Amino acid sequence: MHNLKLASVVVGLSMASSGFAATQIEWWHAMGGANGEKVDEMAKAFNDSQSDYEVKPVYKGNYTETMTSAIAAFRAKQQPAIVQVFEVGTASMMAAQGAIYPVYQLMKDSGQAFDESAYLSAVTGYYSNSEGQMLSMPFNSSTPVLYYNKDLFKKAGIDQAPKTWQDVESVSKKLLASGVTCGFTTAWQSWVQLENLSARHNVPFATLENGFGGVKTELTFNGPLQVAHISKMGEWQKNGIFSYSGRTNDGAAKFYSQECAMFTESSAGFAGIKRNATFDFGVTELPYWEGKVEQPSNTIIGGASLWVLQGHSKEEYKGVASFLSYLSKASVQADWHQFSGYLPITKAAYELTKEQGFYAANPGTETGVMQMTTGTPTENTKGLRLGNFVQIRGIIDEALESVWSGNVDAQTALNTAVERGNAQLRRFEKANN
Amino acid sequence: MTVTFPQKVLPWLLLLPQLLVTAIFFLWPAEQALEQAFYQEDAFGLSREFIGLENFADLFTDPLYYQSMLTTLVFSFSVAIVGMSLALLLAVMADRIIRGKLAYQTLLIWPYAVAPALAGVLWWILFDPSMGPIALWLKAAGVNWNHYLDGNQAMILVVIASTWKQISYNFLFFLAGLQAVPRSLIEAAAIDGASPFKRFWTIVFPLLSPTTFFLLVVNLVYAFFETFGVIDATTKGGPGQSTTTLVYKVFDDGFVGLDLGGSAAQSVVLMAIVGLMTVIQFRFIERKVQYS
Repeated sequence: MHNLKLASVVVGLSMASSGFAATQIEWWHAMGGANGEKVDEMAKAFNDSQSDYEVKPVYKGNYTETMTSAIAAFRAKQQPAIVQVFEVGTASMMAAQGAIYPVYQLMKDSGQAFDESAYLSAVTGYYSNSEGQMLSMPFNSSTPVLYYNKDLFKKAGIDQAPKTWQDVESVSKKLLASGVTCGFTTAWQSWVQLENLSARHNVPFATLENGFGGVKTELTFNGPLQVAHISKMGEWQKNGIFSYSGRTNDGAAKFYSQECAMFTESSAGFAGIKRNATFDFGVTELPYWEGKVEQPSNTIIGGASLWVLQGHSKEEYKGVASFLSYLSKASVQADWHQFSGYLPITKAAYELTKEQGFYAANPGTETGVMQMTTGTPTENTKGLRLGNFVQIRGIIDEALESVWSGNVDAQTALNTAVERGNAQLRRFEKANN
Repeated sequence: MTVTFPQKVLPWLLLLPQLLVTAIFFLWPAEQALEQAFYQEDAFGLSREFIGLENFADLFTDPLYYQSMLTTLVFSFSVAIVGMSLALLLAVMADRIIRGKLAYQTLLIWPYAVAPALAGVLWWILFDPSMGPIALWLKAAGVNWNHYLDGNQAMILVVIASTWKQISYNFLFFLAGLQAVPRSLIEAAAIDGASPFKRFWTIVFPLLSPTTFFLLVVNLVYAFFETFGVIDATTKGGPGQSTTTLVYKVFDDGFVGLDLGGSAAQSVVLMAIVGLMTVIQFRFIERKVQYS
């Protein structure tokens, strides 16, 4: 009897909330855990703010799973209106012209006020076409930074965070001498140690403006700078300065356990590190090689953006447009940025966060933003637009692993990776011509 | 004596559900894969181009594809042999237990109920180089365990994770096989003075050969086709390509890389390989099997 009453209350409540005819908008995303709950909260706040549309966030697994299910759904004509796609899927999405509804077009068609200059160009550049028009809406963007263990630094008598890779080497030697087992480890090796290394030194990763200029692009990451860096890291792997810990961000465990004193990882890893570190830690910009560049350039982003898919009604698209505008609001952005550690995508959100005193209260959280916004992005630092990039990352992972294990020298490994990666690019070119 | 059914329709009607399942879940996808293998298509299916045998040509000119074949053979036979030997050992021991038999058997069968990906995650945690208990014991024993870097260790890890689950299945069949061995034969041999070891090898094991043969086929097919979940959860095919088996490559190229044509060509090749293997097994190995 008691249960029955409860059930009728629940039914009544759910009827009350869906009683009116709000247009439903499905949003497939890949945000698990705390970020997933935040996504639900954001959608709910939007739904509560108006009564015409109802955004329904659906968690679809990790980035690859989310993208694959959206594509499979598209083939079966069951696609959601909005899907979150990671940065390496950008070229595939862009090439699918009949499948996507470019965001700038959507905003124009539905009469939403949309000022592209309000967004941070280092973020939107990654998702814009050659005319500078935004094709997707950046949602969660991050950039690699260096986290370091202040306690271990103190113990080894080091009082300054490393700025250059030369510093990393000398600092690591001191750390090893003080009894630490490993200098640094890295997450997302291709993204941090090759893609961002190239951007930081303003060196191309691929021809034709890193692929922004068209599908005929060819990889060039086997140049002297990259080879020197990877070769050095191979050497460091042998003497303990560097310790490899897998292709994703499993290396965090080594940083938490204080096995490694430094960790190059996404700026969005901040929340996790703050939660898990039992020691005092600092955040500093991604190192660069002194002598290889005068002034290090901005790093490029990782993370994901929201793509709108074709095949829905006009009414739904109006809802999508107003939801995307809602997400870009300074207050919403600033809240998401402060909660998750992802970068703010608008200047207003950055200013607001600063005003609210968040950076002062949480030292290190501004590092990523500052590093992203140094100077104007060049064609080497705007981002990467490569087809079959998921496979290319896999190929790079394999090449780097062969260097870390000491089987192959850096030049040979990167040459092979470039050759195999180019074959992937040609396949993509053929399939999308 | 042949039994003849007066009805012509009823047998077909009774077969229908199974035939439908086979057609919908096996024949149709197989046909789709075969067709897809001759096309190059973008991920969204917006454009499609017939390219003949190009997908296959790409495969067979790729030295890494042959390497993956070799990896698959090493992996599959390791899984089958390790899984079957351990299961046989456990079955022989469980067969001798008199008290609490059911409890032992149930516990040994349990792992089969664990989903492959979950089994993968479990072993991945146990062997994690910096915090996994087994990895730490190994380190204490002087083995530098780091499967992120060492291809052989990664292979050992995926073999363990894939075998663990399969032991239960093998165990069940071996146990049933053992229980079907007539007691009188074993007792007669014992009276003639044959040692337990000799009794096992000359009487029990030959009588188990149909079971062993069946399990060999099943285990190899399992290792070939159903292990990508475990590999994905433990090593993702790495380091390098040292644990990229053929079926993992199909999954990775098709569902992660979204190269449908290339992935379909690979699955056609895989189909052919498994077909060939099954024929070989039935023609050559089965001759040595004693069914009665």
